[in-house]
Amino acid sequence: MTDLAWLDAAVTSARPQAVAALMRYFRDLDRAEEAFQEASLRALKSWPENGPPRDPAAWLIMVGRNVAIDALRRESKSEALDDEDAVSDTDDAEGALVSRLDDAHYRDDILRLLFICCHPDLPSTQQIALALRVVSGLTVGEIARAFLVGEAAMEQRITRAKRRVAQAGVAFETPGAVERSERLGTVAAMIYLLFNEGYSASGGEAHLRLPLCEEAIRLARLLLRLFPSEPEMLGLTALLLFQHARSPARLDAAGAIVLLEDQDRATWRKDLIAEGEALLDKAMRHRRPGAYQIQAAIAALHDTAPSFDATDWVQIEGLYSGLEQLQPSPVVTLNRAVAASKVRGPEAALAMIEPLAGKLSGYFHFFGLKGALLLDLGRAEEARDAFNHAISLARTPQEAAHIRLHLDRIEKADRAKRKASGRAAKPQSVEK
Amino acid sequence: MKYAILCYHAENVVCAWSKEHDDAVMAKLGAVQERRAKMGQLGPVARLMPTTAATTLRRDNEPAVVLDGPFAETKEQLLGFFVVDCPNLEEALAFTRELAEANPGGAYEVRPIGYFHDWSAAT
Repeated sequence: MTDLAWLDAAVTSARPQAVAALMRYFRDLDRAEEAFQEASLRALKSWPENGPPRDPAAWLIMVGRNVAIDALRRESKSEALDDEDAVSDTDDAEGALVSRLDDAHYRDDILRLLFICCHPDLPSTQQIALALRVVSGLTVGEIARAFLVGEAAMEQRITRAKRRVAQAGVAFETPGAVERSERLGTVAAMIYLLFNEGYSASGGEAHLRLPLCEEAIRLARLLLRLFPSEPEMLGLTALLLFQHARSPARLDAAGAIVLLEDQDRATWRKDLIAEGEALLDKAMRHRRPGAYQIQAAIAALHDTAPSFDATDWVQIEGLYSGLEQLQPSPVVTLNRAVAASKVRGPEAALAMIEPLAGKLSGYFHFFGLKGALLLDLGRAEEARDAFNHAISLARTPQEAAHIRLHLDRIEKADRAKRKASGRAAKPQSVEK
Repeated sequence: MKYAILCYHAENVVCAWSKEHDDAVMAKLGAVQERRAKMGQLGPVARLMPTTAATTLRRDNEPAVVLDGPFAETKEQLLGFFVVDCPNLEEALAFTRELAEANPGGAYEVRPIGYFHDWSAAT
C-alpha cells in the first residue's frame, strides 16, 4: 500500500469516531462534517511530512475542533466586531470542550451519530444514504451510483434528510441502558437494510452495489467493537458475514442470480464463514436468543453444509419456527415452508403456505414457491398459473428470467407429452 | 533460541482491505515465510481473527469472569500463548479455566485463529 493509500485508509477508518465527537461538540451535523473535512485536508499535508500520528482519530478531532472554533470566532467577530463577550464565551466553551475529549464518550458518540441517521421520520432509503454520507464518508456521487439515481437527486435527498434530522433534535446526554439498547436496535436494522441494498443487486449493477455489503459489514464490526457483549450485534455481524461469504457464487457471468442449490460452494469465502461461526459461538453463550442470531444460525447451516441436499433442513425448519414465534411474519412462514418441503415433502409445505395467500398476494416469492411445490406434485396447470403470477410481480429481469425457466420446462414437458400422444395416433406427422 | 514474533496493526484498517489487497499481502508474506521455512527456521504461523471474535477470562476476582472482547489493559504484559484445537468456544474456555486455576491472577484472551500453517510440521 502506498503512503497516500495508507493515509486515505486511516482517515476513512477514523471518520465515524471523529465526526461523532465533533458532532457532540458543535451539536450540528454540517459543522461537524466541515470540521472533519478541513482536518482531513490538513492531515493530507501534515502526515506525509511529520509521519502519521499515533491516534489518527484523536488528531483529527483536535484539529477539526480547533478549526471549527476559529471559524466560529471569525463568524462572531464579523457579526459584532467589538463584542468582547462573544469572544470570551467561545474561550470558555473551548476550555469545557477539551475536558470532554474522552475515550469513554466515543461509544455513545458513534451510536448517536448512527442513530441520528436512522431517525424514524426518514424513509429507509434516506436513512441509508445519510449514514453512507455522514458516517462512512462516501461522496454523493458514489452514493448516487449505488442507488442508481442521478447525483443531483441524491444531493437533494441527503440535504432534505439532514434538514429533517436537524429539526427533530436528538438528546446529547449520555443515554440510559434502555435508550442505548433501543438506539442499538434501530441502528442494527439500518445496517441490515444497507447490506440488503447491496445483496439484492444483480446484473450490471452488482459491481456498483456490492460495496454496500462491505460497508455494512464495516459498520457492524465497528458497532460490535463498541458493544462487544450484545448478542444481537454478534448475531447481526455473523449473519452479514455468512451471507457475504456466498457472494462469489451468487451471480453467474451474465449477472443472473444463481440459486443456492446451484452455487459452486468451493468459491464461498471460508474465512468469513469461520469468523461468522466464531461470533455466533460467542452470541450463544449469552443464552438471549434474538432474530439476528436465529437468522445467523440458519445461514451458518447453509454455509457449512457440504451440499444443498446434505443441508440440515430439520434444524433449519426448527430455527424458522423459533423465528416465527419471536417475529411472526408471513415471509418467515414462507421460508419455513421451504425447509418443510425438504423435510416432509411438497404437500405439507403447500398446506403451510396456502393460508398466507391473502397476506402475500403481492409477493413474488410466494408465487414462485407455490409454483415450484405444485410442479413437484405434478399439478402442472396450477403451477403454470402460479408462475405466471410470479412473473407479473418480479422486480428485476433476473427474477422474471428465473421463473421463465420453470415455465419453459412445463412447456417442454407439455410438448413432449403432446408429441408422444400425437405420435401414437399419427406416427407420420412429426413436427420439425 | 526460539522467538515469538507478534504482529500488530490497526484492525479497522486491515479489516477494511479489499479481498484482492488482503490476498496480495498474504501472498507476499507467504513468500517471505517460505524462504525462512526452507532454512528450517520457521514454526507455526497464525493469523488471528478480529478482536470482535475474542473472549477474555479475567482472574483478578473469584470466581473468574468471562468477558466479550479482547484483553485491553496496559498494566499487564503478554507472557505467553497456547494453541488449542477445540470443537467450540465453550471447550476452549474450559481449558482456559484449567490454565487459570494452575496459574492464578492475570487474564487470558481466547481468540479464534483464522489462518494457521505449521511450517515445521510440513517439512
